Amino acid sequence: MPLGNNLRQAMVQKNILLMTHIVLGYPSFAVNRQVIAAMVKNGVDLIEMQIPFSEPMADGPVIVKANQDALAAGATVADCLDFAAEMTKKHAIPFLFMTYYNIIFKYGEDAFFKKAKELGIQGFIVPDLPPEEGENFYRLAKEYDIAAILIYAPTTTETRMAKLAATGTGFIYCVARLGVTGQATKFDQPVEDYLARCRKATNLPLAVGFGISSKGDVDYLRGKADIAVVGTATIKLVDSEGVQAVGPFIAGLRG
Amino acid sequence: MEFYGDHMPPVQQKNGYFGNWGGAFIPEVLHQTFCELRAVYAAARQDPDFWHEYKTIMATYSCRPTPLTHAANLSALFAGARIFIKREDLNHTGAHKANNVMGQGLLVKRMGKKRVIAETGAGQHGVATATMAAKFGLACTIYMGEKDVARQRPNVFWMEKLGATVVPVTTGSRSLKDAINEAFRDWVSNVDTTHYVLGTACGPHPFPEMVAWFQSIIGQEARAQILTQFGRLPSRVYACVGGGSNAMGIFQGFMEDDVELVGVEAGGHGLASGRHAARLASQDASPGVAQGYKTMFLQNSDGQMQDTHSVAAGLDYVGVSPILTDLWEKGRVRFESATDAEVLEALDLTMKKEGIIPALESAHAFVQAFKEAPGMSTDEALIINMSGRGDKDIFTIAHAFNDPSWKQFIIDKGAAYAAGK
Ligand SMILES: Cc1ncc(COP(=O)(O)O)c(C=O)c1O
Repeated sequence: MPLGNNLRQAMVQKNILLMTHIVLGYPSFAVNRQVIAAMVKNGVDLIEMQIPFSEPMADGPVIVKANQDALAAGATVADCLDFAAEMTKKHAIPFLFMTYYNIIFKYGEDAFFKKAKELGIQGFIVPDLPPEEGENFYRLAKEYDIAAILIYAPTTTETRMAKLAATGTGFIYCVARLGVTGQATKFDQPVEDYLARCRKATNLPLAVGFGISSKGDVDYLRGKADIAVVGTATIKLVDSEGVQAVGPFIAGLRG
Repeated sequence: MEFYGDHMPPVQQKNGYFGNWGGAFIPEVLHQTFCELRAVYAAARQDPDFWHEYKTIMATYSCRPTPLTHAANLSALFAGARIFIKREDLNHTGAHKANNVMGQGLLVKRMGKKRVIAETGAGQHGVATATMAAKFGLACTIYMGEKDVARQRPNVFWMEKLGATVVPVTTGSRSLKDAINEAFRDWVSNVDTTHYVLGTACGPHPFPEMVAWFQSIIGQEARAQILTQFGRLPSRVYACVGGGSNAMGIFQGFMEDDVELVGVEAGGHGLASGRHAARLASQDASPGVAQGYKTMFLQNSDGQMQDTHSVAAGLDYVGVSPILTDLWEKGRVRFESATDAEVLEALDLTMKKEGIIPALESAHAFVQAFKEAPGMSTDEALIINMSGRGDKDIFTIAHAFNDPSWKQFIIDKGAAYAAGK
């Protein structure tokens, strides 16, 4: 089932979905495995798995460090693909790949889509591939029926939002504020106005990320967005408190 | 366009692609800012007043036109081509970087932004940006790899004295490419107020073309000067290539001529050692997309960027201008490399014979010219683009020469500071 439909169905049951982000190979695939199991068990609706890249331009310090450490520990693209195969087999929720374009470019666009389809990956997020540069990529996404998730930012104009909505599939990832991943977002009136603009621009579900770390943040997004994205917060949590802290944290976000 | 002088206008492409290379692989947050930058740049290019203002400020603030020096002693020594040196070292702050930053500074004024940020490797571009910011009254933050902060302390000192904030970058290989990533991260957080003064002819469109445009002033002058001083065009023009801005600058003066263009990359410990930064002169690079543009990168088969090495911080970079990659692919520019050891030899010779002190970066171009000059005839000429001066890099160069009395001086000075004197 295409990702969008999948999500709409889930949304009927819960009024906001939860998407989490993990960096593959950080701190190790063994830990990734445990973290994902805890996330799924505690009701995470979809998981974005980042294939590490040496130049993660749009990420903040925590995720940058995770990318570097994963690579330093020897994580390869092949390892990430093998791990993804295992996860999609083990867990019934949708999995997405997030990575930078060079990883896909080097693998070969066609080959990468073919492989991702084989693995049961349902969507891609590629923050450095705007529609202008990704004509073939976004065409392949439609051909393979893998969601190509595009990004809105507070600086995105209405015309641009419409163009992105026409190219993107699955859902739209709304960056809650200017900047990189990991800093706190102040959820205030400007964010509310921005999300209203996003809603008006597209029928696709809206995911909101960048700085979401508490039940308060998730509650705030109810009714304004469809998916809350938690990224840096869980990475930090695993760093400081270990894997066993993941389950209660996730459960508490909507609890 | 008449205001460029008597030859072809500098390179320009509508869609930001030079052949297969270039583009703008940018996060969505930056889309609006790039639209604005492209519009301001496009308007400036059409505007003779802009170019006039640019030339005036470069004449009154940065010693332009820089001279073309006939290196008579080196020419006699090699007994081949007559050697001319284009003196970008005589720019304010000691390198061609001034051309680019003053040009972008004028654009910042047109955009009405109040803050600039920049990456720097050697520190040259950082210092140049800090002077521009001081002159134009802009706030300024410079990102510099922690490794480079350590090896270029004097430049850090000047940037701070000029009023800039220097942020050491601790991510990745802690050098130039990481400083670029960090500058982009600042930019996505502060797009409204801030312009990113990228220091070389790389990055997303319009940077490669725009930086090459500002640097084309080098080639325009050099062509007119060689015609006056030598009476004819040179056979060959040599430039070192880090990101490619000084090379594009001088090459554009001779693009339509029957002049061979030679780019010299950092050979580090030698191409076979794997410890170098030769993208186009080695077999080690492959096509890739990073830092917002497509070019030949030194990367592994997964697409992860590799560590590079050069004695010259300004050449120590994984990518190269997409414009040069296109010219390389089309056979218009020949690429060579010079090792760290060869660079020190050429530097030594140039100082002793001509009383001229090239930057370590620039000395790469001298190496290749010295290799080829003896094989050329005495009625030919060649031009070396001397992108910057070496005397301000005294710590790096003295270290590279392993100079014992300099080391002793530092030890004594250190001891005196430690003793609280
Ligand atoms: C003196 C000098 N020459 C050359 C370069 C290399 O840059 P590009 O290839 O853009 O001219 C640098 C960069 O810092 C430099 O400082």
